[in-house]
Amino acid sequence: MNKAFNLVLFLSRSCSIWSRNIRVWGKLAGPSLMGNFGEPLLYLLVLGYGLGKFVGEVEGLSYMAFLASGVICTSAVNSASFEGMYSAYTRMDVQQTWMGMLATPIGVAEVVFGEILWAATKSLISVCAILIVATALGLVENAWAILILPIAFITGLCFSSLALLVTSYAKSYDFFLYYTTLFITPMVLLSGVFFPIDTLPDGVQVLAKAMPLYHAISLVRPLMTGGEVSSIFLHLSVLIMFGGVAGVLATERIKKRLIK
Amino acid sequence: MNSVNSPSVVVEASNLSKIYDNTAVVDKLNLTIESGSFCGILGPNGAGKTTTLRMFIGHCPIDGGELSILGQPMPRNASLVRESVGVVPQMDNLDPDFTVRENLQVYGRFFGISAKVLEKRIVELLDFSSLQDKADNKISELSGGMRRRLTLARALINNPKLLILDEPTTGLDPQARQAIWQKLRELKKQGLTLILTTHYMEEAERLCDRVIVMDHGKVMADSPPKKLIRDEIESHVLEVHTANESLVESLKQDPSIARFEQSGDIHFFYGDKLKIALDELENSSHDDYLFRPANLEDVFIKLTGRDLRE
Repeated sequence: MNKAFNLVLFLSRSCSIWSRNIRVWGKLAGPSLMGNFGEPLLYLLVLGYGLGKFVGEVEGLSYMAFLASGVICTSAVNSASFEGMYSAYTRMDVQQTWMGMLATPIGVAEVVFGEILWAATKSLISVCAILIVATALGLVENAWAILILPIAFITGLCFSSLALLVTSYAKSYDFFLYYTTLFITPMVLLSGVFFPIDTLPDGVQVLAKAMPLYHAISLVRPLMTGGEVSSIFLHLSVLIMFGGVAGVLATERIKKRLIK
Repeated sequence: MNSVNSPSVVVEASNLSKIYDNTAVVDKLNLTIESGSFCGILGPNGAGKTTTLRMFIGHCPIDGGELSILGQPMPRNASLVRESVGVVPQMDNLDPDFTVRENLQVYGRFFGISAKVLEKRIVELLDFSSLQDKADNKISELSGGMRRRLTLARALINNPKLLILDEPTTGLDPQARQAIWQKLRELKKQGLTLILTTHYMEEAERLCDRVIVMDHGKVMADSPPKKLIRDEIESHVLEVHTANESLVESLKQDPSIARFEQSGDIHFFYGDKLKIALDELENSSHDDYLFRPANLEDVFIKLTGRDLRE
């Protein structure tokens, strides 16, 4: 009973953080959508059209259809990562917004969880937008594609937790370049966004499969193109495990950083 | 869920300690603050004031001793305590993306206050902080004084029983400072318990009914400001600026001088009447001096020394 009450309280406080953030987003939605949705769309259209001419079919799909699922997942990764790093760092350090929140009954874990929920929501928003355009372009095979949305949200949860863990170590915005250059970019290049990973050497394939983006794409691509989704449990567990561990560590780190 | 009731003792600290890098920043602090009092904590930079306040709201783990706020053990019940505490931080952390009204709305939500209750409360607070006309302005359009008043209004959104203010008027012009003082006196009249840290002695002297001077994490003095001046220091001070050696030497001959200090080119003579020294100055050609009643700043300097703290 008491446990249930505490859980409800925890969630409602995290939601108040989430709703603060979505309210700010509402004011700046234009430029924000432009970045989260305009850029991936350009990649999809230009690369899909231009490279598609040379590449032809990939795994029995038109190149643009193959690329679309990769771009969708990458957009989920980037939206959540940017929000969990640059925006969260601004609220934690530059604006001291979190300290303001912590002067209310809200605790660090609730702030962090609220931020994770919000960053994942941003993934959901940009994936929604791209999915609508992809549907209009005839890149979506059937209605099962709607299941891409919960996958995008889970991918968002995973990468926002990782991003907050990075943020917990950050001393300035420049720090984030390590993470994007050493982790996010190689992951995007190697996880089967632009080409199937079986063209890669075995060792690199193993590495790619150890990273969460590969698993998000493995779920999204068949949903998008009407293929068969396999190993659902494995793919979901990798995303959830990365997110869960990173979320717990991020909370501990941020607690140490702010409550000292 | 048990909520905080209104105990007569708001803060009770015994042997409260905080240690950073083997140095006690707060050193076995014993402190009791009664409900309804307006308590000022003074001290040089690094004296442990802010750390103490942070412990009061659970923003700083306690390394030793015990602390209870509003009758609740800390830091165990920190979240419960914060339901009934208002905080005006040293550094403004208003939400720059929101208007004045939105800042109050969003902050109220953090306390779980319903929209209906909040609406009424916000009208009262805008009125209290004289920000009615600025309700729909962005934070960047407010002056420093308005921002501080909004921060104060925000700290009152939950109808707190205890208000904690960390240097609330630092960086404000005299008018803005006086406006804040007036609001704080109003709150005191309403029976709110207030704790404030400040570097302005005048602020503490005018507002507080109790002044605690802290240094090196310890309480150096603790009493009403008038009493502090009466008990801790001579009644008058003679400040002589840029005097030559021989004049200073002859002034020192006044037997009513209890204490003498030099800081740069200013000589301070402390005592009650200092009549002989004053006569001496009258008869000399030196006119750059000031004879005045001792104030809280003199007490502060006496207790914490003249060395710069950085």
